[in-house]
Amino acid sequence: MELLLVLLVAILYSTGIFMILRRSMVKLLLGLLLLGNGTNILIFLMGGLTKGKPPIIDAEERNFTNVYADPIPQALILTAIVISFALTAFAIILLKKVYSTTGSDDLDSLNIQDMDI
Amino acid sequence: MMTNFILAPILTHMITAVVLLFFWQRTQTQKVISVIGNSIAFLMCVRLFYATQEHGFLTLNVGGWKAPFGITFVSDTFSSVMVMLTALVSLAVGIYSTAALNPSRIKYGYFFLFHFLIMGLLGAFLTGDIFNLYVWFEIVIISSFVLLTIGGKKMQMEGAIKYVTLNMLASTIFLTAIGILYGITGTLNMADLAVKIAAIENRGLVSVTGLLFFAGFGIKSAIFPLYFWLPSSYHTPPSAIAALFGGLLTKMGVYAMIRMFTLIFRPDDFTLNVFVVIAVMTLITGALGTINKRSVRRMLSYLIVCHIGYLVAGIGIYTELAFVGVIFYLIHDVIVKSNLLMITGIIQKIRETIDMQRLGGLYKDYPKLSFIIAIAMFSLIGIPPLSGFWPKIMFFGESLKAEQYVLFGAIVLASFVTLFVVARMWSEVFWKESPKPLTEEIDHFAEVSFPQKVALIAPIAFLSLVSLYIGLNAEGIFEVAQKTAYELMHPNLYINAVLNTN
Repeated sequence: MELLLVLLVAILYSTGIFMILRRSMVKLLLGLLLLGNGTNILIFLMGGLTKGKPPIIDAEERNFTNVYADPIPQALILTAIVISFALTAFAIILLKKVYSTTGSDDLDSLNIQDMDI
Repeated sequence: MMTNFILAPILTHMITAVVLLFFWQRTQTQKVISVIGNSIAFLMCVRLFYATQEHGFLTLNVGGWKAPFGITFVSDTFSSVMVMLTALVSLAVGIYSTAALNPSRIKYGYFFLFHFLIMGLLGAFLTGDIFNLYVWFEIVIISSFVLLTIGGKKMQMEGAIKYVTLNMLASTIFLTAIGILYGITGTLNMADLAVKIAAIENRGLVSVTGLLFFAGFGIKSAIFPLYFWLPSSYHTPPSAIAALFGGLLTKMGVYAMIRMFTLIFRPDDFTLNVFVVIAVMTLITGALGTINKRSVRRMLSYLIVCHIGYLVAGIGIYTELAFVGVIFYLIHDVIVKSNLLMITGIIQKIRETIDMQRLGGLYKDYPKLSFIIAIAMFSLIGIPPLSGFWPKIMFFGESLKAEQYVLFGAIVLASFVTLFVVARMWSEVFWKESPKPLTEEIDHFAEVSFPQKVALIAPIAFLSLVSLYIGLNAEGIFEVAQKTAYELMHPNLYINAVLNTN
């Protein structure tokens, strides 16, 4: 299972980086999304995988008797997902605005201002 | 010492922002509330600074969760210095914005975002938890995204795309590094990380994680190969927003970098060499970038990049005296850069352009104002006894002592180019005769009403005075910087204060 997730992270990162390097704005956005998801899975993986052991104990039990799933990575991922959700929503609006002002999806057409000094 | 007071400046800005939401679209009320909120927060920050000076480390375990498990807020000398600088700049820029921005921008939530941005900055400087630091970073960047693009024209949009993309990428890298760090240590508290990371046997993995952090913060603080977003986005927004960004946002990356590489990762020789090489490249490329620029604002954008090089150089040398230089330079740089970017707004108001070829004769028309501006400009160069002089002396001395001759050369070159560029700016904008066709144009600054003029000039005069104070009272600032550097070089003090182990 770990190996599968490691491969998934690798695929997400590599496709994400590939997409960022394209000239199209939409692909750029998709690349950032893929990278973000890759990171989330990486955090999940780094917490260690334990199957079917929630980090909850009965009121009567005083100690953890079993190995349990680490709750912190899940809390971190949840936070990261919410943040990237907001950022993505903003980025989509921004790209749409840029598209409507420049009329082009090509990032190279955005370099006009760098020419005058 | 445990105290709840650490959160006071953060909460003040948050409450101000929330109150502002109730007065959506009412510009006058918003201005008043913002100035009041800023003033209260300023007093809180001053108090926090002096409390930290007096009692040493202040800590707060939020929700009563003990140190390595819950989120901790820590105010050491370094944090409190950064908080103090943020307070100074936010007060000045806040007052300046009341007169400098047009009402439609304020109507669409400028002040609301302004206070959220400052809140995020203060949080980032005060937190002692690495994931919490990430969250504060995100608060800052999303506020800055909106500030940069609000009411956007085409040019602003173009700059914003680069800014947004690179900052989102930086956040992803930062988060990846946090994930790996959690995987190898199992903790997020910075003090606890510092203890645990020293016990990790796989040093290669630790170095790689460190460099991931370096790349993430490097994008945010605009160091050599990663700075391209800065010159193409910082000259587009109005001067008040540019002042906030130019003064504080890049310094937040530098702050995180210093914190990370003094507390958690004690860099090895290879990492230090990377720092030195990158510092040299940043200094040279930033300096060369300024030379062919005609717009004052673009020139300043490159100067921001160039001067980040000094700070990275100080980290690269990694001696206590070099850190004294870094802290001193940070104090000087935040004040002067914000001030100069506000000044470009005034210049634009007076002459309707910031293109140096079309400017001129400002000294003849506004001698008193020019004098105030001169203080800020010549502080930036570091003409003794003004504020930029003292830290540069330390950089020169320490780079020679460490036998980093290339770095020494780069620092001299960057200082010289700064001198050249600022002197040219001074002669072109202020001394040169005004070009003929422009003298007939309307001076918009003269039309401004008196209270508005005060709101425009007072913050600039205030920050110029602070610069002057830093230069003339160098001994006092030096003491604070020395204390900070001592704490940075002895991370055990921080660890003991947070984890309560003695």
